[in-house]
Amino acid sequence: MKRKTEVSELIFRIVAYFFLIVFAAMCIYPLVFALSSMFSSWDAVRNNEVILWPTGKLQLDSFKFVFNSANFWVSYSNTLFVTFIGTVWCLIYSILGAYALSKKRLMGRHGFNFFLVFTMWFSAGVVPQFLNYKATGSVMATLFAGSTNMADIDLKWLIVLAMGMNATNIILLRNSFEGVPSEIEEAARIDGATELQILTKVYIPMSKATIATVALFFGISRWNGYFWAYRVTSAAGQNYSWPVQVYMRDFIQKETGLTGSYDIDTSDLANVGQGTSIAYAMVIFAMVPILVIYPFIQKYFAKGVNMGGVKE
Amino acid sequence: MFKLKCDDFLIYDEATGTYSMSAEQQVRDETERNRWKTTGFTILKDWRLYLMLVPMMLVYLLWKYLPMYELTAAFKYGPQDYSSDRPWAGIYNFQTVFLGSEALSFWPAFRNTFIIAFYGLLFGFPTPIILALFFNEVKSNVARSVMQVCVYLPKFISTVIVTSLTLALFSGTTGGGKIGVISQLLDKISTSSVLHSKLNQGLVYTAEYFRPIYIITDIWEHAGYDSIVFFAAVIAVSPTSYEAAQIDGAGKMAQMRYVVIPSILSTVIIMLIMKIGGLLSVGYEKLYLLCPGPNKENYAVANVVSTWANNLTQNSTQGYGIAGEMTNNLIGMILVIGSNTIARKASDVSLY
Repeated sequence: MKRKTEVSELIFRIVAYFFLIVFAAMCIYPLVFALSSMFSSWDAVRNNEVILWPTGKLQLDSFKFVFNSANFWVSYSNTLFVTFIGTVWCLIYSILGAYALSKKRLMGRHGFNFFLVFTMWFSAGVVPQFLNYKATGSVMATLFAGSTNMADIDLKWLIVLAMGMNATNIILLRNSFEGVPSEIEEAARIDGATELQILTKVYIPMSKATIATVALFFGISRWNGYFWAYRVTSAAGQNYSWPVQVYMRDFIQKETGLTGSYDIDTSDLANVGQGTSIAYAMVIFAMVPILVIYPFIQKYFAKGVNMGGVKE
Repeated sequence: MFKLKCDDFLIYDEATGTYSMSAEQQVRDETERNRWKTTGFTILKDWRLYLMLVPMMLVYLLWKYLPMYELTAAFKYGPQDYSSDRPWAGIYNFQTVFLGSEALSFWPAFRNTFIIAFYGLLFGFPTPIILALFFNEVKSNVARSVMQVCVYLPKFISTVIVTSLTLALFSGTTGGGKIGVISQLLDKISTSSVLHSKLNQGLVYTAEYFRPIYIITDIWEHAGYDSIVFFAAVIAVSPTSYEAAQIDGAGKMAQMRYVVIPSILSTVIIMLIMKIGGLLSVGYEKLYLLCPGPNKENYAVANVVSTWANNLTQNSTQGYGIAGEMTNNLIGMILVIGSNTIARKASDVSLY
């Protein structure tokens, strides 16, 4: 009886390890592939000879090309701007709003909550959202540029202000604030703390893990955002405010055969390999910040998700 | 003379034969009159709290609720912008979308939305649970952490990078060379003649293989991250339950069947209900990037309602797109609310 148990357990463990190792390898493989393609010879990249390791005559030209490409770094700095300012902006209004919503004494609390949660149930759709962003652009142009053409303002500000909303994150923060014991708040109030002081000196330090998680979520979605940034900037024809994702997609579309829009010309074959290899270099550059912060903050989001995922 | 018995709010004066209001009732009326004043005072006392709500409310009002105003375009003729006055069209746009000239493109898109979502649920839902059960088997903390870091990672890679790498790994020949790496592998291991005939045009762009590739990359992106919730449920199972089962002679499979599965069942059911709620909100960004337009073969299976609406860019057809997508989103909302209600009834747990 005992022996049988051991055998079934052993088999299960072998299957588990095998499956997990294969899955983990699959998750890492595309990144290794991109890294290798960046250093492989252009012919090898074009002919799809790169499988795992850099193939052909190794080169640093793709790396150098991206490193020296002014347009790439303009878009990169745009993304840095949008990520930093956008995350701070989203965090400010989310923390303030979540703090107010976490208070039982707030009148009309259920109404405000519904106002927030309803946006998770129903969205107007792609076209109305786009028309709304266009109108926002016109209004901002009227206010700051004296025209109604949204191309006259720096669209980075539109992206920062109007995009990246996430009701789940606010609810995550609200739940975390609700978990702070009310005795601590009362004690602070008796000591003469104002509402804002209670928030910044008591609630924020006590919800550090959740705030870190939410900041990570906001930051990553800003860094990776493509669709709306692309729609808005391309509608205004404003290439200088492209975030790096939009720039990268545009480059891949124009300089590689990947998206199927490149007209392959036999005289251009070398360029296809070059373009593709450079595109991989861009992919690596665009992933570096995420790869750098990811291991440090990974322990927080496991915690944050469990707190906010299912609420009783 | 008849005397009213309601002494507590009226007082009868014998001398004049008239009624007058009692003191208690006067206080009550006063309180009632002041009720709104008290409410006002409470709000006034907490004005800082309401001020804190303002930025969030403003952001949501401007960029989530104001777009809903644009939905009126679904009931109007002609071009849509804030300035123009256009005649009301009633349900004309809906008629065109459901029965008229747009029906031939709308219904396939609606069907595609459902099919992609359904397959995504069918294959995408069990994978994180299996991952969590397997993670529980890894006793070494270091090995498990390393694997977890690996499998969570794809969630944080941008859609542009994911789609570009997908296109590259499944690509056809880009001028004389070999096909994409995974296509090469499929070429070696598969005996299907359909597959071999399609390899050269890039599998992502074929009608036959788009859906499997889309679902697999979706699982690749989300399964690891989604396993967090299930893993938390699995490690919450007390070790004494395993010991008790072992003493009763339960093998590994029996332990799974009678100890682990019942313990995580409530989490599984909640997550399943939530997933069903989000069935119709298929990620349009990824589909938009993988399906460049009607000129590719995969358009027939990859065009969902949001990308369909997004393609109706001309002013004259914009109303159709808005009408069609609004229908899709309304059905989605009914699914979310319905699933939430069921979740709350079934287990007292709900997301909202």
